[in-house]
Amino acid sequence: MSTPVPDVRMSPAAAVGLVASREIGTRVKSKAFRVSTVIMLLLIVVGIVLIKLIAGGGGADSTVGYTPATAPLSAPLKAGGQAVDEKIDLVQVADEAAGRAKLADGSIDALLTGDGRSVHVQVKKNLDGKLANVLQLLSQQVAVNQQIVALGGDPARFQAAIASAKFVEDPPLEKPYDYNGQQLVLGIIAGILIYLSLMINGQTVAQGVVEEKTSRVVELLLSTIKPWQLMAGKVLGIGVVGLIQMLVIGIGGVVAGLATNVLTISVSAAVGTVIWLVVWYLLGFFMYSIVFAALGALVSRQEDVGGATMPALMFVIAGYVIGISVLPSDPGNTFVEVLSVIPVFSPTLMPMRLAMGGVPVWEAVMSVGLVVLLIPALIWLAARIYRNAVMRTGAKVKLRDALRAA
Amino acid sequence: MTGLEIDGVSKRYGDVVALREMTFDVRPGELFGFVGSNGAGKTTTMRIALGVLSADAGEVRYDGVPVTHETRRHIGYMPEERGLYPKMKVAEQLTYLARLHGMPAADARASAEKWTERLGVAGRRDDEVQKLSLGNQQRVQLAAALVHEPRILVLDEPFSGLDPVAVDVMSQVLKEKAAEGVPVVFSSHQLDLVERLCDRVGIVRSGQMVARGTVDELRAGGAVRLRVDVPEAGDGWAEGLPGVKVLGRTGPVTELELGEGADDQAVLKAALATGPVREFAREQPSLADLFRSVVTHQEVPA
Repeated sequence: MSTPVPDVRMSPAAAVGLVASREIGTRVKSKAFRVSTVIMLLLIVVGIVLIKLIAGGGGADSTVGYTPATAPLSAPLKAGGQAVDEKIDLVQVADEAAGRAKLADGSIDALLTGDGRSVHVQVKKNLDGKLANVLQLLSQQVAVNQQIVALGGDPARFQAAIASAKFVEDPPLEKPYDYNGQQLVLGIIAGILIYLSLMINGQTVAQGVVEEKTSRVVELLLSTIKPWQLMAGKVLGIGVVGLIQMLVIGIGGVVAGLATNVLTISVSAAVGTVIWLVVWYLLGFFMYSIVFAALGALVSRQEDVGGATMPALMFVIAGYVIGISVLPSDPGNTFVEVLSVIPVFSPTLMPMRLAMGGVPVWEAVMSVGLVVLLIPALIWLAARIYRNAVMRTGAKVKLRDALRAA
Repeated sequence: MTGLEIDGVSKRYGDVVALREMTFDVRPGELFGFVGSNGAGKTTTMRIALGVLSADAGEVRYDGVPVTHETRRHIGYMPEERGLYPKMKVAEQLTYLARLHGMPAADARASAEKWTERLGVAGRRDDEVQKLSLGNQQRVQLAAALVHEPRILVLDEPFSGLDPVAVDVMSQVLKEKAAEGVPVVFSSHQLDLVERLCDRVGIVRSGQMVARGTVDELRAGGAVRLRVDVPEAGDGWAEGLPGVKVLGRTGPVTELELGEGADDQAVLKAALATGPVREFAREQPSLADLFRSVVTHQEVPA
């Protein structure tokens, strides 16, 4: 048999694709993946429903009863409550005795008693602090009205004049961004999701590399494909799995939020948040996971993976901790603004800022651009470390040796 | 017609010379046994042939052409460090490996089925590799080397850890592959097996090929041994015979080694002079004897 051997033509893309599809296949089929995705999705949906139940009840903050004698006080009381963001429901009772019965059975929180010339209130046990403030305002108003009448004025005209007096604000020199409470929450959720998926999927990459090293299957694999193809396939495969998980959770969360009206921001803003989340997940994942793959290749035992990847993990953790502790209270913080453009921190910080809103376009573009520029350099470096270290089993390979060896 | 050629391959790790101008060839249809002490450079040679390691100098050729990344996919390889994904099912794993070697998906599945059948692990196709016994894992490992129907086989210690039945199956498969015209090279410490199975043998020492040829050719190069049963001879009866070296005496039996120009007839005369001779036999040195003498006696030229 002297027929010349035809080359087996397999493009690098095909090799990377094969490796990636094995990663996707084995991981998506695994119980751990399905269980964790379902649990995270359930947590998000249940969380949203709980928020809805707790905050979205729509009921009054307090219910106050009034007698026919105190009826004139009811309208100013309601108006006063609105001024301090306290929603007060008013219920008319036949007389003070009937009111006390309602107080006793808890259907009203407070009862306006007396002749209506001054403010008298009775409660079952404790007077709510906020309601007390409103009542204080009301009693001051009653006193002022009485003085105006005594001086021969018209309380109604006085109140109208007070209500119409407003200061005029000239346009500010710089337009501040109006941070919306819901967007702040979205930003925090985006930060947590990115952080978790970088931690989980990045570690998965490192563990996958070590698994191949520990089981020695790497030698068999490298006898047919090149180290960079194996590394790229692994990173790509695990990245896709992570993306699927992220999309399921992200879309599930937004749909649940919009459906229950917990999220009242526009659909386009919600979709924008999810898209940015996906973009930054991809950027952050590829940036960190190729580093994790290289660092994982340095060690031969699963127990050592944590130690080997720690230096890179520190950046993820630092970015997340800074973001989550500063941004919710101070979304425009200059320090965080600067950090969020620096590539090692941007994957954790920028998506939070983007979800909170108010990020200048140039900052968003620059942070993406810097990461995109950094990735090829990291690939080159990681491929070198990986190639030199992945066949060396036993003791941890020193980073310097892995970089130097040809 | 040339098969696999390893030509002047050298490799050093820092100050340690792992391979020094390693040279040998494995012809198509030939079983080549690669023997040597631990650390002699067998595994390094195989890794270089597979492109897992790069050589400092020298060349690996197949069919007269240097082996490239593409032609390498025709090699079936069994690494010394056994390795498969522990949590992947047997059939899936073999199919994946066949596809990594460029086989279309359907062929890969059929081939995985065929080789699990052939190697007696068909019943474990849907089990994870880690659930198999070590012996069965070894069979799957061989299937992994064969599943892409390679045109060259390079097997590092394929027989270690196998039970006698598995050894027979493995030997049979290797012979069949060789009969198909595949050059087969394997390393082993089971020298009797190598002697029985291989067409040619190469002995490595300190990273160099020190002897190579058929077992008979190797024997011809070695010294002739005599076994003489002379019950009435005193100690030292064979001393002083030109070119004769006494290896030892157990009871009435004396073992002798004949050097260059020694005459066995002179030995027989000397033996008869002491009294009756019960046995006078030329001993065929086994491969193990040859190996020992090559590895311990010869000096490596600097």
